[in-house]
Amino acid sequence: MKITLNGEIRDLTGPSVQDVLAEIGLGAARVATALNGEFLPAAIRPSATLKDGDALEVVAPMQGG
Amino acid sequence: MPQFYGTRVESALMLGTAQYPSPSIMADAFRASGAGIATVSLRREGGAGQDFHKLIKGLDIPILPNTAGCHSLREAVTTAQMARELFETPWIKLEIIRDDDTLCPDVVALVEAARVLSDDGFQVFPYCTEDLSVCGRLLDAGCRVLMPWGAPIGSGRGLNNPYGLRSLRAHFPDVPLVVDAGIGLPSHAAQAMELGYDAVLLNTAVARAGDPVAMARAMALAIEAGQLAHAANPIEARDMAAPSTPVFGMASLG
Repeated sequence: MKITLNGEIRDLTGPSVQDVLAEIGLGAARVATALNGEFLPAAIRPSATLKDGDALEVVAPMQGG
Repeated sequence: MPQFYGTRVESALMLGTAQYPSPSIMADAFRASGAGIATVSLRREGGAGQDFHKLIKGLDIPILPNTAGCHSLREAVTTAQMARELFETPWIKLEIIRDDDTLCPDVVALVEAARVLSDDGFQVFPYCTEDLSVCGRLLDAGCRVLMPWGAPIGSGRGLNNPYGLRSLRAHFPDVPLVVDAGIGLPSHAAQAMELGYDAVLLNTAVARAGDPVAMARAMALAIEAGQLAHAANPIEARDMAAPSTPVFGMASLG
């Protein structure tokens, strides 16, 4: 299915958000997620099923002021 | 030392983690400054986030995540929620930008977001202007810290409105106040502390200095000097001279 991952359209298998994170090599990474603009807690990722056209944001700690 | 939401921090210097020449210089600057809090952000994971997280955990000081770059209430709230999970803290530096040239806070959205986040259990550190009514609204919304700007972020101009900052201090004597942004020189940081502010948050002035580690130390010393000076109850400025050497007993030599 086609998912917009961090602003980039990607063809990913899923079907869950946790599956997608594993697919892109971030299965065990310290990241936070938002699905279609809403915060998606880590505990919900395995049961959150993606569908075509969804927008997933995956963020990590970064430098800031 | 300042206390924010019941947590006492070890230094009145709050230091950002962005724009350093290298991660090791950043870590050295933190050590040299003795900063009490490190500010961080969230960005799309491109591979660097995991190492950075280890680096900031190694600083062993409280982490204050920000919502930098957010332009709306919704963006800021979602970012705050992600930050709370990622950094395991209820603290959030709430930053909602209205104007990209000045990075002026959108104070209307800020008050709304502060209320939403406070109601959700966040402990909000709002990046705001020194406007008394806005600051009053932020307190009404649940904020227990205020962080007015000294000058636009990264400008290094110092305190653009010392009168406004002094007035804010006088109006809210019991609220922890932090000058956030605009600091360029140690003298600016000292001035904020002389006004009775509880802390100073800065980043660019240290990270972009020719020698960030030396500047970090200079900032720490200036903040300590300003703190001591405020506690020492400085004299009032006056227009006329007043001799410091006694006139009485002066020899008549004319």
